[in-house]
Amino acid sequence: MEFGLSKEHQMLRDMLRQFASTEVKPLAKEVDELERFPEETIPKMAEIGLMGIPFPKAYGGAGGDNLGYAMAVEELSRACATTGVIVSAHTSLGACPIAEFGTEAQKLKYLVPLAKGEHLGAFGLTEPNAGTDAGAQQTTAIRDGDDYIINGSKIFITNALYADTYIVMAMTDKAAGTKGISAFIMEKGMPGFTFGPKEKKLGIRGSATCELIFDNVRVPAENLLAKEGHGFKIAMKTLDGGRIGIAAQALGIAQAALDATVSYTKERKQFNRPISYFQNTQFQIADMSMQVEAARLLVYRAAWCKDQGLPYSKEAAMAKLFASEVAMTITTKAVQLHGGYGYTREYDVERMMRDAKITEIYEGTSEVQRMVIAAAALK
Amino acid sequence: MRIVVCIKQVPDTNEVRLDPKTGTLIREGVPSIINPDDKSGLEAALLLKDSHNAHVTVITMGPPQADLALREALAMGADRAILLTDRAFAGADTWATSSAIAGALRHIPFDLIIAGRQAIDGDTAQVGPQIAEHLQLPSVSYVEALTPIDGGLIVKRAFEDGYQRIKVNFPCLITALKELSHPRYMRVSGIYEAFRAREVEVWNVDQITVDPANLGLKGSPTKVKKSFTKGAKSAGKVFEGDAKEAAQVIVEKLKERFIL
Repeated sequence: MEFGLSKEHQMLRDMLRQFASTEVKPLAKEVDELERFPEETIPKMAEIGLMGIPFPKAYGGAGGDNLGYAMAVEELSRACATTGVIVSAHTSLGACPIAEFGTEAQKLKYLVPLAKGEHLGAFGLTEPNAGTDAGAQQTTAIRDGDDYIINGSKIFITNALYADTYIVMAMTDKAAGTKGISAFIMEKGMPGFTFGPKEKKLGIRGSATCELIFDNVRVPAENLLAKEGHGFKIAMKTLDGGRIGIAAQALGIAQAALDATVSYTKERKQFNRPISYFQNTQFQIADMSMQVEAARLLVYRAAWCKDQGLPYSKEAAMAKLFASEVAMTITTKAVQLHGGYGYTREYDVERMMRDAKITEIYEGTSEVQRMVIAAAALK
Repeated sequence: MRIVVCIKQVPDTNEVRLDPKTGTLIREGVPSIINPDDKSGLEAALLLKDSHNAHVTVITMGPPQADLALREALAMGADRAILLTDRAFAGADTWATSSAIAGALRHIPFDLIIAGRQAIDGDTAQVGPQIAEHLQLPSVSYVEALTPIDGGLIVKRAFEDGYQRIKVNFPCLITALKELSHPRYMRVSGIYEAFRAREVEVWNVDQITVDPANLGLKGSPTKVKKSFTKGAKSAGKVFEGDAKEAAQVIVEKLKERFIL
């Protein structure tokens, strides 16, 4: 059993950490404050290959693995959770379905520019009445000659507006239930494909979250991913992988909150001593450190399972559930240990606390993760 | 254009610990990096690769773990990496180091050699120019800008109070200042390839052309008489005020300490 990182992953982590602290972290406060999508960071990430880490070089990727990808989302999120989720949604939700289920032609047309970071990816499953009950899709795709006509809408779509390529679920056969759902590759700019207003959110405020609106959008049949009726399976499999990304995002936020708390409690003096001298602080820091390490082991294991070709659905659910709850707990404790200052926007921990909450909700709520884990345990 | 960049792996810390017996650095437990001036030189070479299709070889002399510095250079875009490592090289000062590297360079085709100005762990600024002397090459130190021309370079050689603009023909050696370039990040794909698909050539003393008397501790004319760690000083105090007030404070403080 090997718990250490290989030399290549250590080098990757060091590079990612340097990139994140130099290029990403300085923008984090402003991106949150102004609810600004950090557009200028995308080409920088593309340049070094961050937008296609797990994809083969032949398709424009870095030829890396899911562990490296998870480490990238972790390090980016440690600097800025908004930037972390941009890469996570792009890679896991936008590009992965094409890499895993696309035809050669679809890969060449859509995966290559995504993996190179020339295009940004997004994923549309959630609807106003289809959240955790993802099977209750109301968006329809009706075959018409060589095309499908798509009508309906998707909500809470990460990277919307900025993404070029969208994986969209729609009902091709309403009577067949979840087996009547199909997945389509859609492009921004297709006539009839428009966006609703940007959501105003508690956290990850720089991330663009919008509604996708489809009004008789004509999508060529060649953009159908896999076969008709395979959409639900594709969506579930995609979310299994996406959970590794979100787990890594939560891990990065938790680590950042711990780092900030360690340095603050060593500096902040009360009763003539740094507050790190007091046992309450020490015990809190001990628990936080342990939780971050435990989360990291679960996240890296889930990524490793996927790299090894092993089943990883349960592992990803465990990683996502644990890491997101740890992120929420640790960021809350971090604010508490910063006292009144922690509640102000002068310090980063309040942003981290707001950012952490979403990791318990998107790409499957904590309740969904418990359903997945319980189903595996009670099989 | 064929470029060889000489790099050194150095400890990434200001807290340099010395072995009190040998006076040499204790490297274990200290994270290592490519020496900043060398990395600037490497980036300058990679820019010439981008613009002029130059072929870039990196070479370092060091212990086996210096392999990582070379893989980092490969991940940044270098074409070839050579690690000079042999017990015979151990304990080398600048003379013995430059002798060994020059001995290796006699087996590598080049038009241009780039070395960093100086290493942050030794600060001698000697190895680059010494290599040029061993190989009887023209050399220009303290280069902060360069422009390739047909058969050579126009370089800007920086001094504290000015600069020289020099035309130098290939083959030649230059030493790079940190200001010469801003090193790129390693590419993600470059990192994976550096470990999975690329080779670091390991050369020993038998593969280079050099007088063995000039190698290692025995071949090093520099003898360390004594080394010591500077004692810790207490934190300074800052007094604010105009020049007159400041002068008064300084005089008072000096009097307090019986210096005046």
